[in-house]
Amino acid sequence: MRAPAAALLAILVALGGVVGAREAVPTAQDPVAARRSVELARKLRCLVCQNQSIAESNADLAVDLRRQIDEQIAAGRTDAQVVAFMTDRYGDFVLYQPPLKATTVLLWAGPALLLLLAVLVLRRALRQQDETPAPAPLTGAERALAARLLRGEATAGRDEAR
Amino acid sequence: MNRFLLPLGAFLVLLGFLFVGLKLNPREVPSPLIGKPVPEFTLPQLHEPAQAFSPRSMRGRVWLLNVWASWCVSCRDEHPLLVEFARSHPVAVVGLNYKDKPGDAQAWLAQLGNPYTLSVSDLDGRVGIDFGVYGVPETFVIDKQGVIRYKQIGPVTTDALQGKILPLIRELEQG
Repeated sequence: MRAPAAALLAILVALGGVVGAREAVPTAQDPVAARRSVELARKLRCLVCQNQSIAESNADLAVDLRRQIDEQIAAGRTDAQVVAFMTDRYGDFVLYQPPLKATTVLLWAGPALLLLLAVLVLRRALRQQDETPAPAPLTGAERALAARLLRGEATAGRDEAR
Repeated sequence: MNRFLLPLGAFLVLLGFLFVGLKLNPREVPSPLIGKPVPEFTLPQLHEPAQAFSPRSMRGRVWLLNVWASWCVSCRDEHPLLVEFARSHPVAVVGLNYKDKPGDAQAWLAQLGNPYTLSVSDLDGRVGIDFGVYGVPETFVIDKQGVIRYKQIGPVTTDALQGKILPLIRELEQG
């Protein structure tokens, strides 16, 4: 029972390796261009499978866009020009690192603002704690009651009323 | 009492954001091409490959560009609507046959009806990329000056047609 299962697992793992190896095959010949191509593809989101980059995805569109990147690099375009080509067509959404502009200020500044807010709230809470007056010292009767309670001679509550 | 008001308020705000987020569709990526001139291209016509089509020839007319393919399942859903639209409206509908085999595309139209004034063959999907196509079908409304005014992502629905596309076409044809 175990041996066939292990064999099946081995086959699956081997297949997984083959499938994995098919990802992001650079089509450019020149190694420098190929590295640039893959680096650009890693920065761009695949619109078909949105949580993968163009480099990782095997969707048809990702393959086409990788081809576009290769062609544009071969044509001597700069990285910025290739990225602009993509954002002109698909918008800033294709960038994993969105640019800083009026509509994205909150996105970039949000974490810092939240941290600032948290620090302010914490400071206020600590200050309030400081300002809470210390409890008044016990009166003689209270001390006597506490002593009796500790010796087990009385029960807590309405002793004085008795 | 007051000390619970602030966290409760923050929680309600968060709840509001999450609730709105539930209804947003992350697959609908707003196109940066709205308000921009239609990308120039020259492609062979599907039924007469010897003849080329270019958007320049549509200047002065309001027209639709519908991206479709015979392998696309949702195109079948919207197809009857397009056929009906073409029958009842004199607006030109150009089909961009995206990464399809011309034979398959022609057979598909012969079987289901052809709502297109003409279709062009984008065999390798390059023109599709220029239009920011990332799924089929997509439909663009283009005005008389050749500016893209609206993009429908996914199938054209009766709601989209009646609520957005037809009123926009009427407005654009006035201008």
